[in-house]
Amino acid sequence: MQIEEKFEPTIVAFCCNWCSYAGADLSGTNRLQYPANVKIIRVPCSCRVNPMFILRAFQRGADGVIICGCHPGDCHYTTGNYYARRRMTLLFSMLDFLGIERERTRLEWVSAAEGAKFAATMNDFVATVTKLGKNRRLEDLRCNK
Amino acid sequence: MQQVIREKAISLITSGKAARVIGWREGEFFYDQTPEVFTCPEDIEKNFVYNGFSGANLSKYLIKESEKEGVVAVFLKPCDTYSFSQLLKEHRIKRENVWAVGIPCEGKLDIDAIRKMGVKGITSLEENGDEITVKTIYGDKKIARAEALAERCRNCKSRKHVVYDELLGEEGEVLESARFDMVEKLEQMTAEERFAFWQGELSRCIRCNACRNVCPACTCEKCVFDNAASGIENKAPASSFEEQNFHIIRAFHVAGRCTDCGECSRVCPQSIPLHLLNRKFIKDINEFYGEYQAGADPEEKYPLMNFTQGDMEPADAFKKGE
Amino acid sequence: MKKIQLSKLPQLLSAIAEKTALYLPVDTASGAEYKKYEEGDKLSDACNTNRSAKDFFFPQVENMANFKVEGKKIEVIDIRKETEDFVIFGARACDVRSFDILDRVFLADPVDTFYKNRRQHATIVSLACSVPEETCFCGTFGIDAADPAGDVSAWKTDEEMYFRANTEKGEAFLASLALEDGEEEAVREEQTKIRSILEKLPIQNLPTDHFKAEKLMEHFSDPKWKELYKACLGCGTCTFVCPTCQCFDIRDFDTGNGIQRYRCWDSCMYSDFTQMAADQPRHTQMERFRQRFMHKLVYYPANNEGVFGCVGCGRCLAKCPINMNIVKVIKEIGGDK
Repeated sequence: MQIEEKFEPTIVAFCCNWCSYAGADLSGTNRLQYPANVKIIRVPCSCRVNPMFILRAFQRGADGVIICGCHPGDCHYTTGNYYARRRMTLLFSMLDFLGIERERTRLEWVSAAEGAKFAATMNDFVATVTKLGKNRRLEDLRCNK
Repeated sequence: MQQVIREKAISLITSGKAARVIGWREGEFFYDQTPEVFTCPEDIEKNFVYNGFSGANLSKYLIKESEKEGVVAVFLKPCDTYSFSQLLKEHRIKRENVWAVGIPCEGKLDIDAIRKMGVKGITSLEENGDEITVKTIYGDKKIARAEALAERCRNCKSRKHVVYDELLGEEGEVLESARFDMVEKLEQMTAEERFAFWQGELSRCIRCNACRNVCPACTCEKCVFDNAASGIENKAPASSFEEQNFHIIRAFHVAGRCTDCGECSRVCPQSIPLHLLNRKFIKDINEFYGEYQAGADPEEKYPLMNFTQGDMEPADAFKKGE
Repeated sequence: MKKIQLSKLPQLLSAIAEKTALYLPVDTASGAEYKKYEEGDKLSDACNTNRSAKDFFFPQVENMANFKVEGKKIEVIDIRKETEDFVIFGARACDVRSFDILDRVFLADPVDTFYKNRRQHATIVSLACSVPEETCFCGTFGIDAADPAGDVSAWKTDEEMYFRANTEKGEAFLASLALEDGEEEAVREEQTKIRSILEKLPIQNLPTDHFKAEKLMEHFSDPKWKELYKACLGCGTCTFVCPTCQCFDIRDFDTGNGIQRYRCWDSCMYSDFTQMAADQPRHTQMERFRQRFMHKLVYYPANNEGVFGCVGCGRCLAKCPINMNIVKVIKEIGGDK
């Protein structure tokens, strides 16, 4: 009997150093579970995330990309996340316009105190992307194994 | 109008007001004009043209020309003045070295649009109001002027000059246009349909970079796509990802700065409707952050360098259409 | 001479496609393009396809080899597959001549085996241009649009299509198809018709005698280059639509689990053209612009018995964003104008 292999998506999470990354840490110290599919990349601020980072992640095999930053008003650099919000709103809308599934991209605000939110967000995002299946529309076939 | 413009160009030079004049040089045929920096009145008299095929936006040439010594005069159609204004806002042009002359535009013709109607062996063209007669070695053909117009002119957004030193002819108005209709049509499709549409279009890309190089908003000294250290430099569409990546990033880099002059689509040798990507950003910016026309107001803050505390979340942007 | 009723052309194309991969120009919303034949495809009447036919032998991107790296071991994986027979149906005289020009580069020592394999596996059916365009200047380079070369030449009249085999491969190809015998006379009539149209075209016979290898330095330092290049955007359109531009770059792509070595067209218009570790020989757009035309009009003929590196297809005339092109250069450089 053939056992159907369960699709395990690769998720890239860009986390702000000052809150979301600490939030991820907190969820770890609190022993909250979130899937191992999530690969965290620490950035100094959500605003550091260049649209090219997101596309590059998809090219190199990500099935979903999530950006986590400080809540609006709480940015370590005062306003970085506001700029990030505009950029990501426009970029995600453009990806959607090109027919890339909108559920593959997400922006969430997670503070250093929100370990539980971090875990819940990741669980939800992984479940959503798992349902969507492998990223086919923004992949680079050369990078497939 | 051509004669008025020529005379103006000559007088600017002979009076010493300008050392050089940027205009359009007559080509081998009646439709293949080349942007030119004129310095000699006799040359202007003989070779300066302005007609239905003077489509090239001359504002980008000012970046280099205004760096040189002396004043350079330039002739700008209404939509070109938006590019000029945007470049001024970005401090890419030395304003004191430019004498901008606004000129009227009735919409530019697209020789490819005429060819696509099956007209071959074109030798000359006559404009009679709403109708044009194309003469060819295989006989004449009459077509409606509206059908031969470039897409960007059919959906002209403005006949108003936003910045100039002097104006030839009458000033026009900002127009109501249907330029977002096609973007809307695409938005109403399913993601699968949109993906299929863009795959069909972008797969034709040959990465000639004409869209980037002609774009008055693309003025980086070294483009990220030419920079070997960036990791995304490439000379070829080596995979479908490369094409998507190039066009998404290019459109993003000019988002909020693109004046929708339409040069990218005009020059694309593969007829990819690149303006739709730019218009999508413009439409989104209008809807999400309030009406904004790049180049229209030199004081207004650029939408991607701006924010309000109540800006929408990315997820809300998708709820809007539902 | 063989012929077939035009009404039976679809069946003929299907019959060819059943045996071998068949490529032909078809009309699309964005102009004519070469495409692999599928049932129902119609042969385009357009004079030129957007992209030239050089793609068949020298594709824009071509994988050459893959490497797998494990520790200190490097495994080379052969991925070559350019050995499928194919037929190009309906190539124009200019594009067919471009193959000769490419041959002199790729088949000269050291032979480019990728190119050679594809050339050997191709059968070329050329088609005379019944409706040439004003941008055609093939005649300037001695190409007769009424009598195209190739393994088989074809002519389309109002009712029929005529075929003439020029090579053994062409003979065998025609013999494999259900064709009637055709009359030489009908083809001669069509040729006369085409030649009379060609005479009316404005740039069919440009003077090119003034380009001489011994005047190389004179052409090179012609002050007119500085005028001509001025509007050039430095994009690669002219080089990428050109049937004879043959420069390429070889690059490695890191796939994350190995290396893919590929070659792709390069363009002398690009700022990193012939960039080497130390530097590059052409720093300004003027030098790059000059390189392209000097190559086609002076360097190439100097190395190839006077054959010019241009076939007059007119694609660069139609596609250049600022309408600067080889015709304007021919008229300005070294000429009387």
